[in-house]
Amino acid sequence: MNDWPSERLILEAGRADRRYWGDLWRYRELFFILAWRDVALRYKQTVIGLAWAFVRPFMTMVVFTVIFGHIAKLPTEGTAPYAVLVLAGLLPWTLVSSIFSDGANSVLGNSQLVSKVYFPRLIIPLAPVIVGLIDFVVSLVILFGVMAWYGMAPGWHILLLPVFIALAVLVAIGPAMWAAATIVKYRDFRFVIPFVIQIGLYVSPVGFSAKIVPPGWQLLYSLNPMVGVIDGFRWAILGGESPLFLPGFALSLVVTAGMLWLGIRTFRHTERGFADVI
Amino acid sequence: MSDTVIRATGLGKKFLIGHNVEYSAMLGEAAVRRARNMVRRAADMLCGRALIEADEIEEYWALRDVDFEVRRGEVVSIIGHNGAGKTTLLKILSRILEPTTGRVELSGRVASLLEIGTGFHPELTGRENIFLNGAILGMRRHEVLAKFNQIVDFSGVEKFIDTPLKRYSVGMYARLAFSVAAHLETEILFVDEVLAVGDAEFQKRCLDRMSEVANAGRSVLFVSHNLAAAAALTRRGIVLKSGRLIFDGPIDGALAQYTASLEKGKIERSWGRGEHSAIVSADLLDANGLPTTTYVPGTPFNLQVEVETSTLPGLSLEFLLRDANSLPVGFYSSNTFSEVALPSMPGRYSCTLALKPLFLASGDYSFDLTTNSMTIVVDHKVTNAISFRVAASNPSTIAYDFKQSLGNGVIALQLATPLVIEPSRQGRAA
Ligand SMILES: Nc1ncnc2c1ncn2[C@@H]1O[C@H](COP(=O)(O)OP(=O)(O)O)[C@@H](O)[C@H]1O
Repeated sequence: MNDWPSERLILEAGRADRRYWGDLWRYRELFFILAWRDVALRYKQTVIGLAWAFVRPFMTMVVFTVIFGHIAKLPTEGTAPYAVLVLAGLLPWTLVSSIFSDGANSVLGNSQLVSKVYFPRLIIPLAPVIVGLIDFVVSLVILFGVMAWYGMAPGWHILLLPVFIALAVLVAIGPAMWAAATIVKYRDFRFVIPFVIQIGLYVSPVGFSAKIVPPGWQLLYSLNPMVGVIDGFRWAILGGESPLFLPGFALSLVVTAGMLWLGIRTFRHTERGFADVI
Repeated sequence: MSDTVIRATGLGKKFLIGHNVEYSAMLGEAAVRRARNMVRRAADMLCGRALIEADEIEEYWALRDVDFEVRRGEVVSIIGHNGAGKTTLLKILSRILEPTTGRVELSGRVASLLEIGTGFHPELTGRENIFLNGAILGMRRHEVLAKFNQIVDFSGVEKFIDTPLKRYSVGMYARLAFSVAAHLETEILFVDEVLAVGDAEFQKRCLDRMSEVANAGRSVLFVSHNLAAAAALTRRGIVLKSGRLIFDGPIDGALAQYTASLEKGKIERSWGRGEHSAIVSADLLDANGLPTTTYVPGTPFNLQVEVETSTLPGLSLEFLLRDANSLPVGFYSSNTFSEVALPSMPGRYSCTLALKPLFLASGDYSFDLTTNSMTIVVDHKVTNAISFRVAASNPSTIAYDFKQSLGNGVIALQLATPLVIEPSRQGRAA
């Protein structure tokens, strides 16, 4: 209780709150409890709960493998089975898209809280990160299961997977914060979110390898930060079979940083007015 | 150091009310408006006129030039009509809203209770909700843990602590919610209308708890429609009227000021306006035709509403009665129920109507008022335009209070003819 400020607090119009980031840290328990609430509700409310977390990625993997690998006959990377290639792209895609869509709707969805208590609002779009990560861990089990089925063992590259997971989270939260702030102001913007995700699925190398993009276009393609994330995942999971395209990866990092900056800035600028309009 | 824990100077809050918020919150609409404004602005600039920001958006000061100080250990009531700005003031003090003008200095840890059970989730159990709600109110996990048993004892719902909240009765819900809040230990506490729920016995416990808090040297700012509670708990009262502070002093004086303005009738409220109409004032009247905030069950409901209309024909005046949990109880529409529309001659009209007696359960109620166009587009909506309380509801001659919180609904069903119980024919035949 002692790290709570008991010193003076001054409220004034437009006053930049120097303590904001400190507050964010102080409210970490609220962050975890909101995340825990979302996790608990997800697994309590869906009857098949945990089973669903397995079935969905598995079915998607089967469909993508059949369509892209067997019907369209797209090449895999090195000697990796197509199913593993798909799964290595599907996992980060699901992580990013679920954080983005839950985060984008989170502030409006928690309007009850926003209009009745104070806390650093940034907590709200960040809480879905935890939910996304938990679902992600569940689907990792499928990945390792499928790899074992094909008799594959991950190499040392897998040790760097956490770095790419962190990158995936960063890719998602920038746009999520931006969209969350925008949706509070323009409600109908929320109908755009599923559409953005659908387009994202097609323009990201989820069901196919980014290597099939002609070399001249690789750099341009990497403007989509999901390309960097998915390439990173494939590199970590398939090891040497899928070398990283470094200039493209660097570009993805820059784009991610830019989106993150824009997301935080937009959110911080509009946050103080949330309760006026919610 | 001085003993002042809250100092507000020149506090003001401006809201922008778009005509028909539902529509102006739409992206497409906003884009059109922005484009239109840009054209107009360019035209204004060309003609050398002063720039006017977006029209169709009205500025509305919910709070204006409010100054006051609160010392350590003081308990202060904030009194005022609906829409006077009480909630807005508490929201600014609790950092939910940003003030438009002025400043507030607070010293000490702050907790605010603008509603009890904020964040409660029906799917989670009582235990889980205690932790969730505690964290939302700003308690640390170890504080909640340390007080967990006290909280459960105080609420009296031990047996159901691991039951999902959706199986709780309204009364149990309120008790659990208040118990969490009652164990907040901050130097400053803001409380808004939370005593409106729960049964009489529980309200008494809440009041006791509040006076304990006050005696422990903490400062409390307290909004209530329950004037008796305000008088019992506080020695100082602040009266707000249309966003301005009109009285700050001993509670007796504050109550006198408030009741005087009630009896004067005609209070101008600032409820904004719709595109074609505005609900200006609305009152529940007692048998003598004076505005009141209590309703005696089984008596006619006399309502008086002032509206301003424009030339749009076919506007309907509609009433939605809600209980203390905001659940709809009853509805009336002048167009569809009585085939009467508001006049399409621009002007201000006073509508008087008497609804047939209702035998309402005791507790709090409110009416939402709307004007609706023929195409069922809400033109002007005022939520909680009239709030009132049924102090006691006794459908029989024995001492019995039929309360909202019993969970038996809000209407005591009345017999049209005396109850007849006699042996049935079949019974006799057998
Ligand atoms: N977010 C908002 N946007 C626009 N107007 C608001 C908003 N919140 C409150 N108001 C207006 O401010 C006025 C004061 O409201 P409030 O503080 O809730 O009054 P009270 O608590 O005294 O009944 C009301 O007329 C209300 O319509």
